Amino acid sequence: MTDITEAIRVHAPAVSSRPSSGPWRRAWHILKRDRATLLAAAVFVLIILSTLAAPLYARYVSGTDPFRSNLSARIMVDGKRVKVMQASTEGLGLGVTPIGPTWGPQYLLGADTQGRDVAARLLYGGRNSLLIAASATVICLCLAALVGISAGFFGGWVDKILSRILDILWAFPVYLLAISLSIVLISQGIVIGPIEIGSDSLLLPIFIIGIIYVPYVARPLRGRVLSLKQSEFVLAARGLGIPAWRILLHDILPNVSTMLIVFVPLMMGLNIITESSLSFLSIGVQAPDASWGTIIQDGQTLLYTRPVVALAPGIAIVLTVLSLNVLGDSLRDALDPRTKLV
Amino acid sequence: MTIYLKPSIRRAGLLAAGILLAQTALSSTALADERADLMAKHRGGTMTLAAVSAAGTIDPMINYTAQFWQIYQMTYDGLVKFKQAGGTDGFEIVPAIAEEIPQPTNDGKTYVFKIRKGIKFSNGKDVTPSDVVASFQRIFKVKGPTTGSFYNGIVGSDKCIADAATCTLEGGVVGDDAAGTVTINLTAPDSEIFSKLAVPHASILPADAPLADAGTTPIAGTGAYYFESYNPTEQLVMKRNPHFKEWSADAQPDGYADEIIYKFGLTEEAMINAIINGQIDWMYDTPPSDRLPEIGAKYASQIHIDPLAAFWYAPMNTNLAPFDNIKVRQAVNYALDRDALVGLFGGEVLAQPTCQILPPDFPGHVDDCLYTTEASPEWIGADMEKAKQLVEESGTKGQKVTVIAEDNATSRGVGTYIQSVLSELGYDASMKAVSPNIQFTYIQNTSNNVQISISQWYMDYPAASNFLNVLLSCASFTPGSDASINISGYCNKDLDAKMKEAMTLALTDADAANAKWAEVDKGFMEQSPIAPLFTPKSVNFTSARLGNYLFNKQNRWITSQSWVK
Repeated sequence: MTDITEAIRVHAPAVSSRPSSGPWRRAWHILKRDRATLLAAAVFVLIILSTLAAPLYARYVSGTDPFRSNLSARIMVDGKRVKVMQASTEGLGLGVTPIGPTWGPQYLLGADTQGRDVAARLLYGGRNSLLIAASATVICLCLAALVGISAGFFGGWVDKILSRILDILWAFPVYLLAISLSIVLISQGIVIGPIEIGSDSLLLPIFIIGIIYVPYVARPLRGRVLSLKQSEFVLAARGLGIPAWRILLHDILPNVSTMLIVFVPLMMGLNIITESSLSFLSIGVQAPDASWGTIIQDGQTLLYTRPVVALAPGIAIVLTVLSLNVLGDSLRDALDPRTKLV
Repeated sequence: MTIYLKPSIRRAGLLAAGILLAQTALSSTALADERADLMAKHRGGTMTLAAVSAAGTIDPMINYTAQFWQIYQMTYDGLVKFKQAGGTDGFEIVPAIAEEIPQPTNDGKTYVFKIRKGIKFSNGKDVTPSDVVASFQRIFKVKGPTTGSFYNGIVGSDKCIADAATCTLEGGVVGDDAAGTVTINLTAPDSEIFSKLAVPHASILPADAPLADAGTTPIAGTGAYYFESYNPTEQLVMKRNPHFKEWSADAQPDGYADEIIYKFGLTEEAMINAIINGQIDWMYDTPPSDRLPEIGAKYASQIHIDPLAAFWYAPMNTNLAPFDNIKVRQAVNYALDRDALVGLFGGEVLAQPTCQILPPDFPGHVDDCLYTTEASPEWIGADMEKAKQLVEESGTKGQKVTVIAEDNATSRGVGTYIQSVLSELGYDASMKAVSPNIQFTYIQNTSNNVQISISQWYMDYPAASNFLNVLLSCASFTPGSDASINISGYCNKDLDAKMKEAMTLALTDADAANAKWAEVDKGFMEQSPIAPLFTPKSVNFTSARLGNYLFNKQNRWITSQSWVK
């Protein structure tokens, strides 16, 4: 008969000689070996840095105010002074077309219908799109974590009430809900006591987008917490009489934090698309502010003559969301290997 | 006083008169022959029209849109009508259901119309004086949008406005079936009465027409065509009125096409492509600015550009800060670069800058721009320095201002430009685009606290009052109402009195009245409740097969007079 303590003792040195790397370190090792992840991260960082440099670009490179109409301006292109808004000279001379890409410092990507520098607006617009998406992601994940963990951990009437609220939110098609909220809030703004949020504030799209995706994060979190509640280490902790709040903080939260982190890039990508859609429909970011969605809207009327106005923000959205999705997938594989598809 | 002439002179005069009469008769006959030849050659076929959307109810007494007023010209008639002819001839009022235009009696307050015999509705019934009386009652019973502005001068109209259901217009519109006459009695002389009777709201309909908005159910009319079916999400089908015989080529000429189909729901881009491919013959909506250079160059022969009696303007709410300060309103007028705005509309071929309310070449218009860089009767350039100085003096710099525009490309463009100008003037300006379905009523209602907005006005009939009195009189301002067309909420009793004076003067001396209207126009612009932006032109893009395009200044393209065969 083998003594069990002896067996443990025999194997113990082998384990202790190779200290555990922990989930974060292990994830970092996996991520840094993945070229696709590194490329996606590089693209995303580059986009962030570019958008942060928007004021510098507008001031020192393009030399224009991207928020002011510039319909009568003239610029130097190839040594010639040309109008930013060019009247047609062919046939009946109908229509006025903004200047196309100059591939020079001024009007690199051309002008929009207001004679504004598209490249400068693209950078400023990106700042707003990323800011809204990131802020909405934080709101969404905080609310979802609060609701999902509470519902899963406490169960009973707490779970019933919170789950029904999530069901109600889930019952609405997500874009219909976003559009409805936007139309109401953007026409009136929000006034709650002394707090007043104007209809042109960026807080409105942040708040709306942050709310609408809560059920989509809270539901899986609740499921995970329910399964964690039945795990041996939680049952053991309960058996030892450890208080619920300690179990929540020390056993549940660390185990769902990886899941929340996996959600960050995915939700951010989704939020960028939602923000762009709402802004494209004139119910997101309001003029004079810009976002990639509003720039696409501006470019919609120039698809035939100046497609770059709509294409440039479109490409920016695709690159950003693609990089975020790749990052999200990689994070999930690294932090939550059980969900990895074989 | 009698004048006696020598017999030889009298004979020569008679001869000359005879020659003139003969010449007129001959030229009329020649024109009729020419028209008959063209009709024989081009009659038939199906013409296809298209628009992004339908224009609401098909009821001619309720619908108040340029889109459907255009097609009512070939489906309905009033006692009188604007002549179906190209150019400014279209401003001429000719008899339609009435045999002739009557002379007023009773100090300009009574008109006796003799009803033309032999006119039938498209349901086969004869038009009688009873139908005319019932039609005038119906205007009030269906609560037409112009009951209070166009027809409130008819005796008995006050009772009809108060209680529409029991409206009889007793003593106001009196029919005599035996004599074939209809008498209209007014409470006071009205110099614009014939214009008001010539618009589609005064169409003559069968006496048994429904006494509520007809919605999508067509009502029989007297025109060359009748509405066979109407589905606002799909199409409107017009066919030849089987009971129509041309009774006046001026008022209701016979049409060329056998059938006219008006399709709805296509995008502007799709319509342009369809016209290029010959699938449709005309689009109601202005071609998108993105396609203008292309169609202007490649399809120049299919583009028709015509002046319109209209203007785009920015009403400023004179009861809300900062526009309750005259200096701010004047500053906006100084600051706006009308050339830039013209560019947003498609360039100088399609619009012209203006800083006055009455459009150029319109009765009462005199070039007299108050807000331009140099002293000039016409707008030359924006004066930003002067504008900034006025804003400084007003002490309103830094205040929040929101521009409300329609959510379509041109209006949004104009709104964004004005927001940019306001920012340059030192305001914390933003622009909000509101759905075109509600923008017009939204900006009228004072409850919405709209500070400045983008709007357009297209004349109903060629009279200065249709701009100045309608848009800026005290009576046109109804606080809290969606139908308060005086969007600025500006009420000036002195200018109101001058407008009344001009309207009275028009009964006896049109030139003096026009001079008075010019004075009123300038008076309003001194106070600047609005900022006129530009005068648009009509752009019609037609298919290669469409012939005989005629543009009527009153009702635009005369659809029935073009052929597709």
